[in-house]
Amino acid sequence: MSETIHQSSKKVYWRVWFQLLAITIVEILVAFLPISHSLMALLFTIMALMKAVLIAGYFMHLKFEKIGFIYSIVLPLIILVALAAALIPDGSVALLMRLGLGYY
Amino acid sequence: MTQELMLEQEKVVKSPWGGGRSPFGVSRDKFTMWIFILSDAFTFGGLLAAYGALRASLPSWPSRIEIFSAFPFTNAKLPLLFVSIMTFILICSSLTMALAVDAGKRMDRKGVIKYLLLTIGGGLLFLMCQAYEWGHLIHEGARLTSNPWGVPLFSASFFVITGFHGSHVLSGVIVLIVMAIRVAKGIYDKRGSYEGVEVAGLYWHFVDLVWVFIFAFFYLL
Repeated sequence: MSETIHQSSKKVYWRVWFQLLAITIVEILVAFLPISHSLMALLFTIMALMKAVLIAGYFMHLKFEKIGFIYSIVLPLIILVALAAALIPDGSVALLMRLGLGYY
Repeated sequence: MTQELMLEQEKVVKSPWGGGRSPFGVSRDKFTMWIFILSDAFTFGGLLAAYGALRASLPSWPSRIEIFSAFPFTNAKLPLLFVSIMTFILICSSLTMALAVDAGKRMDRKGVIKYLLLTIGGGLLFLMCQAYEWGHLIHEGARLTSNPWGVPLFSASFFVITGFHGSHVLSGVIVLIVMAIRVAKGIYDKRGSYEGVEVAGLYWHFVDLVWVFIFAFFYLL
């Protein structure tokens, strides 16, 4: 019984590894597509977050912790991503100022 | 009613929330490592957020397909191939680390050592790749404050972000070597638990996690 559980968790690790590899290959292919930078940034954000969820959830076992613990770890990280996202418009305003297109 | 309430109270006191055990039923070592990872994530997050704001504020950025196209032992231009291999190495080392933790749960000492050594090998290989890449870019004239591609902030953020990540990989490798020695000594067999390996594994996976974002936003974007 215990042996079968361990066998299956090994299988899960290999599956996650394969999924990570697949997403990475898609990422590299997207990098060569002739699409706009903002669309590319959006696609990379989605794919990077997917990979992050796979690594944290399965490799770091976060998915199998208590729900309160998951929230304690994930909520600050969501705020972190929000910070990074919130600074992008700020940078765009700085760009307009650099180009002399006015102050906002 | 009162008895019910008392029973309820007793349940709370005995639950992880009541301090009956460690908070959330996560052991002290693991909990501390998670808190450390969170604070480290904020450091990396700060760097990446600053990088994002910089990128958005600059009218142009050097073409990563031209810059990241070198490959050892050849003069051919192979865009993004080398960094993709580095990513592959790190994903594989994360898998072997997970397998080491898994072997630890089965108290399989030889398995733990085997997978730890594979993980250390992956980490060292990654560091060698990074050393090559840094060497190549420095040879081409990239410095912390200037580079031949026109945007000084490109090499500044490159060296700071990948350097910070690389130093994390280096410390991870050192931690894993110490772990491998402790496992070989049989310390965890005596304790009856391979939790130390698991905690070191958390750190290693985190280093891989950070690379996911650096790879996507610095090398590919």
